[in-house]
Amino acid sequence: MVFTAILFFIAAIGAISGAIGVVMLRNPFYSVLALAFHLVSLAALFLLLRAEFVAAAQVIVYAGAVMVLYVFVVAYIGGGEQLTSGGVLRVLGPLFALALAIELCIAMLGAGLAGVNSKGAPFIPGFGTPAHIGALFLTTYLYPFEIASILLLAAAVGAVVLARRRRGLEPDEEIELRVKAPRPAYTGTMAEAAGIRPAGGDELLTPEVEPVGSSGAERTGSGHEGGW
Amino acid sequence: MAIGWYLVVSAIVFCVGAGGVLVRRNPLVVLLCLELMLNGANLTLVAFARMWGNQSGQIFALIVMVVAACEVTVGLGLVVAIYRRRLPIDVDELNELQG
Repeated sequence: MVFTAILFFIAAIGAISGAIGVVMLRNPFYSVLALAFHLVSLAALFLLLRAEFVAAAQVIVYAGAVMVLYVFVVAYIGGGEQLTSGGVLRVLGPLFALALAIELCIAMLGAGLAGVNSKGAPFIPGFGTPAHIGALFLTTYLYPFEIASILLLAAAVGAVVLARRRRGLEPDEEIELRVKAPRPAYTGTMAEAAGIRPAGGDELLTPEVEPVGSSGAERTGSGHEGGW
Repeated sequence: MAIGWYLVVSAIVFCVGAGGVLVRRNPLVVLLCLELMLNGANLTLVAFARMWGNQSGQIFALIVMVVAACEVTVGLGLVVAIYRRRLPIDVDELNELQG
């Protein structure tokens, strides 16, 4: 029992300090790391509550996959200047959070539920194991399970649609860059073959060879043997 | 440990997340704080599942994790789209929905 209590307090302090770290740290990258720490501590709490499968899913899905996604986006966007909210919310936000915490604690501990002060229901063998959770998911909760898969599919498609590069909404630098890139003259591009030089080539065109297709008759007359 | 302790921890985590949503201005950190709130609720669900000896609460927690993953995916997609359009990454200035 003492061992469980020690584990609980370590995990609880880890979870709370990780949560505070997410809010207080200025650099979003450190916030993400604090959240990963918080999630691992929370997984330990889940294990103490005999929710093995939820704890494993927490570590694999949250601390693994979702955190990697966060780290990628933070690395893509960069830190930038990190300011807290100015003015009223800066004062009212923590006050609101504190009031909410006190109210929730009063509501939950003063609810008069007999089970809140107990250690929980007697342990059933196999409680929270993947076998039991999977059986529940495929029998009683089949409908939420299927809806969750559809939701995941919709979210994946939505993320791709949201984050893709759009034409027209933003200045299309890539194409402008491609057109305006200085190239040495007559390096055999398709534009030269059609008689068009790409814009932006500042050097004057002094062709030693006539561009193909500009004047076909002249080209054949100039003794251009062995052409294409 | 009594179940009440777990509930207190989940309440504190939830409120830290709620305070963070109000205080922070970077949408990335706001999303992180939303994760905190969802995790606080998850801990409550698992604690009550233990209290009643019923695994339905754990199923609910797993569904919450699925929803949180979807929310993160779409939210980060939005943040990347905002960044691509050179808009300020600041929830105080992103107050218009018009394109």
